[in-house]
Amino acid sequence: MRKNLPLTLLGFALAGSVQAADWDHKDIADALHSVMEADRTVYTKLIVNRLANQEKVIKASEHWKDDKALVLPAQMFRYGSEAVAEKGAKFSYSLLSLWPINKQNNAKTPVEKAGLEAVNKGEPYYTTETLGGKKYFTAIYPDKAIAKACISCHNDHKDSPRKDFKMGEVMGGVVLRLPVK
Amino acid sequence: MKRLAKYRVWWVWLGASGLLAAWLAYAIQTPGQQANFMPGKVTHAHHQIELQCMACHAEPFKGREGIQEACLSCHAKELKGMNDSHPISKFTDPRNADTLAKLDARQCVSCHAEHKAEITRPIGVTLPDDFCVRCHADIETERPSHKDIAFTSCATGGCHNFHDNRALYEDFLIRHGHGDKVKSDAKLPERHLRDFMVYMEYLDGEPITASGMDGRIELRPVPQVVKDWEHTAHAKAGVNCSSCHQAKDESDTLAWIRNPDHTACTSCHKAEVDGFLTGLHGMRLKQGLSPMQPGMAQQPMKPSAAHDKLTCMSCHGSHRFDTRKAAVEACLTCHDDGHTRAYKASPHFSLWHEEISGRGAKGSGVSCATCHLPRVEIITPEDEPRVLVQHNQNDNLRPNEKMVRSVCMNCHGLQFSLDALADGKLVAGNFKGMPSKQIESIQMALEAEKRGAARKAAGDPNADEE
Repeated sequence: MRKNLPLTLLGFALAGSVQAADWDHKDIADALHSVMEADRTVYTKLIVNRLANQEKVIKASEHWKDDKALVLPAQMFRYGSEAVAEKGAKFSYSLLSLWPINKQNNAKTPVEKAGLEAVNKGEPYYTTETLGGKKYFTAIYPDKAIAKACISCHNDHKDSPRKDFKMGEVMGGVVLRLPVK
Repeated sequence: MKRLAKYRVWWVWLGASGLLAAWLAYAIQTPGQQANFMPGKVTHAHHQIELQCMACHAEPFKGREGIQEACLSCHAKELKGMNDSHPISKFTDPRNADTLAKLDARQCVSCHAEHKAEITRPIGVTLPDDFCVRCHADIETERPSHKDIAFTSCATGGCHNFHDNRALYEDFLIRHGHGDKVKSDAKLPERHLRDFMVYMEYLDGEPITASGMDGRIELRPVPQVVKDWEHTAHAKAGVNCSSCHQAKDESDTLAWIRNPDHTACTSCHKAEVDGFLTGLHGMRLKQGLSPMQPGMAQQPMKPSAAHDKLTCMSCHGSHRFDTRKAAVEACLTCHDDGHTRAYKASPHFSLWHEEISGRGAKGSGVSCATCHLPRVEIITPEDEPRVLVQHNQNDNLRPNEKMVRSVCMNCHGLQFSLDALADGKLVAGNFKGMPSKQIESIQMALEAEKRGAARKAAGDPNADEE
């Protein structure tokens, strides 16, 4: 035991750091969202907006498989979230809006409704809610029009309930939920 | 002694309970006895493996989760391939808790319960016809055109499916419109497995003749076998005796096998064999049971074929591998339902007859396999496209709109395809005649598109509210 004392102490130290006791739900949510937002921005700007709008070499389409086109940024985000769910991750996230093209992505729970209204001012919204008997820490982050592709697609889509989005405007929100014990 | 006599009833009860427990433990693990524990008749889809309880009930005490895993072990690939409209991953988000309270769409058995013959409807659905209303009750606010349409008709009227809407989604309907009854360029995609195998460098593709056969000494083939093989695509592509008749034994040494089974075919035809093992022809083999025999089937089969055993060779025949025979005559050897019996009087058969007699162009005939073992483009595990003959004949069978894209639209327009498949009588008569009614979905989609365009032209900001 004495021989292994330094190793044991290192183990305790590592175990302590793994627990990340100084990170609260908000910190974890913010960290997860920063990765999501960065990837979403990169895909939207460097892939979709560049290839479809600037260089016009390929289209982006909701029916990307049939149209042999790029996956839309919102679909890319959703497929990622579904893949995370399939892996059995303990958190969940989705891209919602008060003006969704797909009506299933409308605000549904009271927190989503309040949160999506709140993030219109551009700041995140944090709260807790109970869904299906379980308690969640819910963070909602504004999702803004960062490229022409965002507004042109939503303003022109036949199922879009709003057709006057401008660059930089909040178009919806990323809703991230962490279970609370 | 007196004390023992006092508890005699208890001893008898204990002994009887012990015997009963021992019998139950024995019976539940003994194939012939398991039928006694069947809580109800299983569906047509699973009856062949109904006594292989663990195929679905997986691990004891694992409950619904175990059953779900078992469902997906056979059906996950197919659901992914059809771009499932209601994937489980859509429902696991906690925001759907209220939806799940109405219908737990994370579990296959919520809609497809087994052992409930009294409430089982087509496709093994055990919910009432109007199940869509549970989550889509407000559809008319989103789609005013759906105002007076009954929820019992969503999935039965040729417009929507719960899982597979690849040929039914709105933009697909608009893009393809009504279309022609028969296309001017009606033709099937061509198979090119040999080219694919050569391209991937799995085969050199150099033809071999009888003098180059490598199993002559070990297998002693009779002259007819040599002759049959020499005329096959196998010989022409350089597939020698050893390719099928040689495999590693338990001691990892190459050994000759006189009668190879389906595992020998997987070295070149893995996707085909996977399909065969997933469908009703091969699912017993997949579960380690004896091969399916037509006599076990619930559909009408010819008594003469009752004891035939279904393996790759049943349809393809060893050494001759005649795909034309496999595409029609092999089916007719066993199947004896009205649709099958009507085939030879159908326009589809006339086209097939023309093709095999050399009068019709290649790919212009319509065999049983054209529709039920269709040629579909897939992306292989090597990430390469190739045309595969889907050997799971159940893959596109129910709901039959699953056939529209992979089969019907090779030759027919969308409207004609939807109408024909929705006409039960026409299907039963093997498509001799014309569809009796028109499915409205294409018209509805085109009209909504037109109304939207008109409003847009008039400057209405809500032009597309439909």
